[in-house]
Amino acid sequence: MTSSAHALSSVLAVESDPGGGFVSPTIEEFYPPSLAEFSVLGIDFSITRITVISWIATAAILLFMVLATRKTTLVPRKAQWLMESGYSLVRDNIGRDVIGPKFRTYAPFLGALFFFILANNAMSIIPFFQISPMSKFAYPLVLALLVYVLYNVVSIKNKGLGGYLKEVAVPPGVPIPFLVLVTPIELLQMFVIRPFTLAVRLFANLFAGHMLLVVFSLGTVYLLGKFDENFSVVFAPFSFLMALFMTFFEVLVIVLQAYVFTVLTATYLNGAVEKAH
Amino acid sequence: MDLTAAESVNPLLPPVGEIIVGLITFAILAFVVMKYVFPVIEKTFQARREAIEGGMERAEAAQAEAKAALEQYRAQLAEARNEAAQIRDAARAEGQQILEELRTQAQEESARITARGEEQLAASRQQVVNELRGQIGSMAVTLAGRVVGESLEDDARRRGTVDRFLDELDGMSASTPAAAGTTGGSTVYSPEGDR
Repeated sequence: MTSSAHALSSVLAVESDPGGGFVSPTIEEFYPPSLAEFSVLGIDFSITRITVISWIATAAILLFMVLATRKTTLVPRKAQWLMESGYSLVRDNIGRDVIGPKFRTYAPFLGALFFFILANNAMSIIPFFQISPMSKFAYPLVLALLVYVLYNVVSIKNKGLGGYLKEVAVPPGVPIPFLVLVTPIELLQMFVIRPFTLAVRLFANLFAGHMLLVVFSLGTVYLLGKFDENFSVVFAPFSFLMALFMTFFEVLVIVLQAYVFTVLTATYLNGAVEKAH
Repeated sequence: MDLTAAESVNPLLPPVGEIIVGLITFAILAFVVMKYVFPVIEKTFQARREAIEGGMERAEAAQAEAKAALEQYRAQLAEARNEAAQIRDAARAEGQQILEELRTQAQEESARITARGEEQLAASRQQVVNELRGQIGSMAVTLAGRVVGESLEDDARRRGTVDRFLDELDGMSASTPAAAGTTGGSTVYSPEGDR
């Protein structure tokens, strides 16, 4: 059962509701029923349709990338050209421009991040899926934690643990009395806020985007069935147009958030590979 | 997870199982893509760059070769022109020389012909003179013997008479050729007079 159909059934169920008013979608949207549940080493795993969607998205982008680069030619064909252009965007426009001369080491990771996020984000508007795994906090969190580990490890490798902590805690050019304020903020920023905001930014965009789409889609369905004395039914097309508009807006969010996540990762890595001032 | 349980769930606190599933999904993609996809693309970029650079190098080499060939042709052309000019000069000089030689030869030839003609002329004249001298001597003696009617018995007298006669003749012929402007006659006869 798709999420929209699931929502639709709940809307139809609303008809028998004594008040007969519109019931807006809740957070239940993001907790569809489990398809399979099992427990390994005391950890509960629950496979839902969102999990399956993430597998489909990942498998699809992976298949495309592998097939597009299976037989490469100097003069690329369509798929290869598309793949090369996508990777060039990440490698040159994000990696080289943000990280600088050491970008080659990190470009593949940035590419993996970008395409994984892009494919999973795209699921939010692809018909019959229409929900992105990235609107489940677990997925952005995994990526943010990986980035967090990566930039900390690279920093410590480049500057040593002491040098790294000193650079973060005592930013150059700050008068010593202000360090009372600055040092806790900087430490908090570097080790807690950064990964958290990185994950939340992506998650919240997709979460909110999905909620908006669901609200206007359900609103359209609800208004269409509302033949009352207030002519509520005439507002159904407006709700539909809004859903359409939000879908196009979602396209922008899909690409932009994948790009932003990758650019921020590159920025953090740049801070990690740069020598201490 | 059933719906009633979801009500109390905080979306920012995902279950550990979901995190692990997400991690594995991303790890698979990242592994394959970083190992098999992006290196291939990098290699293609590299190959393309090399192909372009190689093409440019080849073009430069071809251009240099063409330039060298052009230089060579120009040098050869200049050489050929030089040679042609030399040949022309040599021919002109040779022609001049041949002309000079011919002229000299012709002059020599004409000089020789003239000299031989004069010699022949002189020789025939000498011959004629000698013949005449002999005939005139005997004719004059015979004539004188007949006219005078006496035989000149004395040799010495006879010779004296003849010589006198001849001297007279010489004097006659000497005045005649001198009047005619012939220089050769007198030089031929003058020794005869001293005889």
